[in-house]
Amino acid sequence: MNRNDFPMLNQDIIYFDNGATTFKPKVVIDSMVDYYSKHSANAHRGDYHISMIVDDKYENTRELVKNFINANSTKEIIFTSGTTDGINMVANGFFKYILNPGDEIILSKADHASNILPWQALANELNLVIKYVDLDDHNYVTVDNIKKVLSPRTKVISLAIITNVIGDLRPIKELCDIAHQNNIYVVGDAAQSVGHRKTDVQALDIDFLAFSGHKMYGPTGVGVLYGKEELLERLRPTSLGGGMNETFDDQNNISLKSLPSRLEAGTPNIAGVIGLGEAIKYLNKIDLNKISEYEHNLREYLIDRLIKIDYIDIINIEGDAATVAFNVDGIFAQDVAVYLDKYNICVRAGNHCTKLLKDVINVRNTVRVSLAFYNTTEEIDTFVDLLSDRDKIIREML
Amino acid sequence: MDEELKRAIILDNYSNPMNKREVNDDSYLKANTNNESCIDNLDIYVKIEDDKIVDICFNGEACAISTSSTSIMIKNLIGKTISEAKEYVNIFEHMVNEEPYDEEKLNDAVVYEDIYKQKNRVKCAFLPYAGIKKIIDNL
Ligand SMILES: Cc1ncc(COP(=O)(O)O)c(C=O)c1O
Repeated sequence: MNRNDFPMLNQDIIYFDNGATTFKPKVVIDSMVDYYSKHSANAHRGDYHISMIVDDKYENTRELVKNFINANSTKEIIFTSGTTDGINMVANGFFKYILNPGDEIILSKADHASNILPWQALANELNLVIKYVDLDDHNYVTVDNIKKVLSPRTKVISLAIITNVIGDLRPIKELCDIAHQNNIYVVGDAAQSVGHRKTDVQALDIDFLAFSGHKMYGPTGVGVLYGKEELLERLRPTSLGGGMNETFDDQNNISLKSLPSRLEAGTPNIAGVIGLGEAIKYLNKIDLNKISEYEHNLREYLIDRLIKIDYIDIINIEGDAATVAFNVDGIFAQDVAVYLDKYNICVRAGNHCTKLLKDVINVRNTVRVSLAFYNTTEEIDTFVDLLSDRDKIIREML
Repeated sequence: MDEELKRAIILDNYSNPMNKREVNDDSYLKANTNNESCIDNLDIYVKIEDDKIVDICFNGEACAISTSSTSIMIKNLIGKTISEAKEYVNIFEHMVNEEPYDEEKLNDAVVYEDIYKQKNRVKCAFLPYAGIKKIIDNL
């Protein structure tokens, strides 16, 4: 779908690494070039024409994000540098001040480093306990398994909405219901989900949600932290400086602005925010439901073909996202990736920043294909055909 | 060296690597070596007696280039004194960095003479050498 919108697709490559980052449509790139070439000014600072244009565009993105994830108010939308930044802000600006020694955090071993390390560091600092929920036979998180690790000390559940290797969609709404009955907060890592299916933070009733622009067809270096307004009001800025203070004096009396500015210290990634707004408009135009459906069909097509190759071991035959991780028997994942690269096919080999997942799947490294709506069944055919001759892989992988 | 022969040597050392096993023996010195791309990860075990390398083993997960390079390195280093080993490692390092080197001393390790052309593979070929350096450079 819509391949002509993406300048990167003018080259002769097959890009199957959309989980790492997606390509950007021309409208996104143009909006950023426009900013730098036509109205390059700081936001929230100037009293002149081009600076006001920048303010409008910057705040317009906030409105777009609010509607995109169905937040209640633009005060709940904080621009960050990405998912990692958002989760760290939540851990160190909110939970650091409300958790006590012995309190428990529930995580999963299928999650990305950026949704594990901030919590581990906090646990070390505050003597908290991290419990990893058991994954089921398909490496999914289930409500039942979450119930098994809940305890009166549980204070936080932090999970990806969709994981980046297994690609399972977590039952977030049910988890939020159970969590809230037990005064537990739920943090969502939406890095792999927002660009691929509709997100409705109010329907989920999730407390915090973090995501990145660059995995949803927007620019790198920009992301969003959503939080319920009453929670963000209590989130202490982990970064202080210009743009977020009301007044301060030489007696260290600091008074901060209100949300959302309070949590956006320093000159923000203005071009990035503008580009992100354009990415959202673009996705709205195509319609995320259509995207999900198309990507789902691509996944089925890929699985149907791969499963016929007997020396290919697929880690996640089941999966909600268009992500498939596999190994070619007897050939190291990286060698498969190098072989495919010779045919200009981009796939990722490794542990994909989910270093704990090996404890569960007993495989340290895999080849990962992560698809986007601009991928095609023809590309999948080329890819699978190249994997259909094991001797050829061995011959050409060096 | 002929390309077909190179390929055969690499694949042979990948499929049947020399001394690939875990070692639980305190008389061995151990070093871990891994690639920043966080995928190749090997433990190297070296046994030294009277200034001589008497045994080297390795274990872990790595690609065909890293694994074969480790196997070939082990074959070349067993029996060498520490200073001979340092010299050998140095020559190999020169080769993968496209600097002048003495190919006589490298034996089968010359199969990686063109590896510098594949930037992402240089680190793989050098991986075991980074590991052994951690051990012998401190002796
Ligand atoms: C599930 C998941 N969470 C978090 C991240 C981190 O995103 P970023 O590097 O944009 O902060 C990623 C990116 O790979 C991811 O896949």
